[in-house]
Amino acid sequence: MAELDRTAPLPVARASVATDVALVATFAAFIAVCAVLPAIPVPGMAVPITLQTFGVMLAGLVLGPVRGALAVLLYLAVGLAGLPVFAQGTGGLAVLGKPSLGYLLAFPLAAALAGWLAGRALRARRLVLLAVFGSAMAASLTFIHPIGITVMGARLGMSAGEAIAAGAVFLPGDVVKNLLAAVVTIAVVRAFPDLRRR
Amino acid sequence: MRRRAGTPQRPPWAGPLGLYHPGRSWLHRTGPGPKALGLAVLGVGVLVVTGAWASVGLLATTALLATSARLPLRSTARSLGPVLVTALLVGAYQWWARGPATAVEVAADLVTLVVAATLVTATTPADRLLDAIGRAARPARHLGLRPELVALAVGLMLRTVPELVRTSTEVRDAARARGLEREPRAVLVPAAVRAVGRARATGEALAARGLAE
Repeated sequence: MAELDRTAPLPVARASVATDVALVATFAAFIAVCAVLPAIPVPGMAVPITLQTFGVMLAGLVLGPVRGALAVLLYLAVGLAGLPVFAQGTGGLAVLGKPSLGYLLAFPLAAALAGWLAGRALRARRLVLLAVFGSAMAASLTFIHPIGITVMGARLGMSAGEAIAAGAVFLPGDVVKNLLAAVVTIAVVRAFPDLRRR
Repeated sequence: MRRRAGTPQRPPWAGPLGLYHPGRSWLHRTGPGPKALGLAVLGVGVLVVTGAWASVGLLATTALLATSARLPLRSTARSLGPVLVTALLVGAYQWWARGPATAVEVAADLVTLVVAATLVTATTPADRLLDAIGRAARPARHLGLRPELVALAVGLMLRTVPELVRTSTEVRDAARARGLEREPRAVLVPAAVRAVGRARATGEALAARGLAE
């Protein structure tokens, strides 16, 4: 049997590129579903709250920096091409003119950073949940909020203080969504331990 | 990419045809490249041109272009609704904070860009725009991103969205049956695990057919 095993092709190695493409496509679709299904509009706000950032973070945390960022880029490309995959079932090049553009531009960077940090966090001996949550929060605070707030302020003619006050509304929701993303990531990695072995 | 015209799919996901409205106007006949270029020029123009009257002029020109595309009024108005509300709210705030000139300029610029971009999207089929994006991303093949893999990923993603919508309702029903509909973990964990499981099965099926090698 040992002889046979050595000559038989290794299905796992052969499937890896195809599986990566499927994982990237699936997580791009997952972000789309998160963005489209439940939307929580904040009265008087330019940008609605959705599970979109949860999907973006989950892609980064579960798939790692490269595949995670590719999934987000695929999602953005499909949305820009006019398919209604952005928040509230919108899509198309119209997002380029909207105040929320900065948040979309920050998503691939955030997924990459969260995924890179989570690679270490998931190998931690203790406090794994805290470490993974910290990875997601670091990505939110480094990319999503600064870029999103800057673009929104510029598009709406606001001063820095006004823009930060308007953008800070999303911070509590982001903490909850990042915590959820960390919990789900740990469950998914436990179910598929070889997912991050690359 | 294969165009699947006429597949009736309703919300929660409006289907692969997206926000495109078929038609025969001159804007429909123009290719995606020139239209994207025009949009980029307008985007720079809105930034460079300052003053309330100039902004209103740009908005009027864009609105005139929009009428020449002969889009169905109802669905276009519906897709522009949210940004009009945003423009009104921001305009009201800027009027209060900085006076009418800034208010008109900010609101008009916002609506101008969104109308123009909606116009490009509504007069260009999504698959042609995706092809254009694919051509623009062609230099990425030097980084190991092969164009045919990108096309495969786009097709797989479009196929997966309705599938995931179905899974999410199933998972929500299962959580409700256990009295856990208010517990987000009971919905999101099985949804994510099933999505990953599906992706791996798809990957193995692709490899078994010799695709994506």
